[in-house]
Amino acid sequence: MNGRFVRLGETARANVSIVIDGHSVEALEGDTLLTAMLCSVRYVRQSEFGEEKRAGYCLMGACQDCWVWTDTGERLRACTTVVEAGMRLVTTQPEAQWANLAL
Amino acid sequence: MGEPRIVIVGAGPAGVRCAQTLLAAGLRPTLIDEGRRDGGQIYRRQPDGFTRPYAKLYGTEALRAQDLHETFTRLRAQIDYRPQTLAWNIWDKKLHIVRDGHASALDYDALILCPGATDRLIPVKGWQFAGTYSLGAAQIALKSQACSIGRRVVFMGTGPLLYLVASQYVQAGAKVAAVLDTSAAGARLRALPKLLARFDVLRKGSALVGALKRAGVQMYNGIEPVEIVGTPDEGVSAVCFRTASGKIEQIDCDAIGMGYHLRPETQLADLARCAFRFDTLTRQWLPQIDELGRSSVPGVYLAGDGVRVLGADGAENAGRLAAHAALIDLGRGAQAAVLDALKREQRRMDRFREGLAQAFEWPAQQAAKLPDETMVCRCEGITAGELRRVIHDEGAQEANRAKALSRVGMGRCQGRYCGHAAAEIIADAARVPLEQVGRLRGQAPVKPLAIATVEETE
Repeated sequence: MNGRFVRLGETARANVSIVIDGHSVEALEGDTLLTAMLCSVRYVRQSEFGEEKRAGYCLMGACQDCWVWTDTGERLRACTTVVEAGMRLVTTQPEAQWANLAL
Repeated sequence: MGEPRIVIVGAGPAGVRCAQTLLAAGLRPTLIDEGRRDGGQIYRRQPDGFTRPYAKLYGTEALRAQDLHETFTRLRAQIDYRPQTLAWNIWDKKLHIVRDGHASALDYDALILCPGATDRLIPVKGWQFAGTYSLGAAQIALKSQACSIGRRVVFMGTGPLLYLVASQYVQAGAKVAAVLDTSAAGARLRALPKLLARFDVLRKGSALVGALKRAGVQMYNGIEPVEIVGTPDEGVSAVCFRTASGKIEQIDCDAIGMGYHLRPETQLADLARCAFRFDTLTRQWLPQIDELGRSSVPGVYLAGDGVRVLGADGAENAGRLAAHAALIDLGRGAQAAVLDALKREQRRMDRFREGLAQAFEWPAQQAAKLPDETMVCRCEGITAGELRRVIHDEGAQEANRAKALSRVGMGRCQGRYCGHAAAEIIADAARVPLEQVGRLRGQAPVKPLAIATVEETE
């Protein structure tokens, strides 16, 4: 496990499997999508304006830093979405793959 | 006219007490809540299936949290409660809301806005790296998800939340590497007369600091943040700061929680055309209210941390006051004795607020002098140097003009996290008083809406 968040309790909840960039990871029922992802990976998206990866910032639906994409192109705000079994997420979203004309 | 239509926005301490007061007067308000459940941020409820008791979740405020939740549970069936609903505009005397991609508009005779606050931030070089969070975020991760934001956490900024969150982390078993406070220790002594307005809170605050010291957490006062050290791929690895005596220190960590008090969410008040006034104490523009919470616009009331940051107790009181104001204006009167007690309490809360602002000062100069290479706008990666360029080369001196030219404040957070520091940079670079820089105008939608949003008529 190479997650960013550390669970400090409430770990008796049922497991929920999701897929991040093609890899299956385990989360817990009641996790937000952001928690579910960051307990297994270090970031949730690539900044489209810089070279850095992002992992959310405010966790209260105000900063919009944790937008993630499903593999079918649906956009979710990870901190206010509840994780569901079978979600398939990608951390390199479409905008980040556009040519950066500023470089 | 039938029963007056009263709409409350926000189901935190202010919104719930407001609804309770209106219900007691025989009215049935509509309560719009962006959250999944009532409680707001401070008394946010943990999801179903979590089992931590109130004492563990809310510490010394457990009874208050429990009372607010139980009050809401009792009144829920008697009001029109709409969770997971975003109020995104006020136009033509209608409140525009959206839920699950379906938009509609509500008419109102009285609109009581209790939208709460978000962390007030000052950028620092490297704050775009993964692992940097707001203090509020660090607290939400713990309270609502039982998680720490990292394996080794530093808390940095100033204000009571800095110590509260750090001590909550220690108690929950997280590793807190350091607490770095920009305010000088002496400032607290000078603020003591005002802080004594709420001796109980002062005592709880001192106990938190004592507990952190006993836990062996490194604590610094009067620091200046220099840089969050990290890499674009791996995120945060350390924080670098200047101590009060001018020495440069670096502390290893993989996560940082940052914040400098809170800033009210004033966008809806702005869209309702409420007048604002400049608050010299905290250096920001705030909506103007009278003693009861009436805005400058008839029928629009403002309460809680969304208009003045008084904390949860002050918000509960302000919610009750605003409900009384609406009742009076709707011709339903109020008991003078009840009103007087609430007003007295509000003055006490406000005196304490002034004490906190003095004890944990907003470090305006640190914001104003941020190095050119610091990313001011996290959303779009725009630096302090670029913001200064539009001031020096293009003559911008006002917040909205500088935003139009530099895009600082134009990103998807709509200036919530860069706006106040950007205003300090503009004032400093343009050599104008902060007041004159103005404030970023609230824009609808106050948060991004999906293009697929469908409009319905109620």
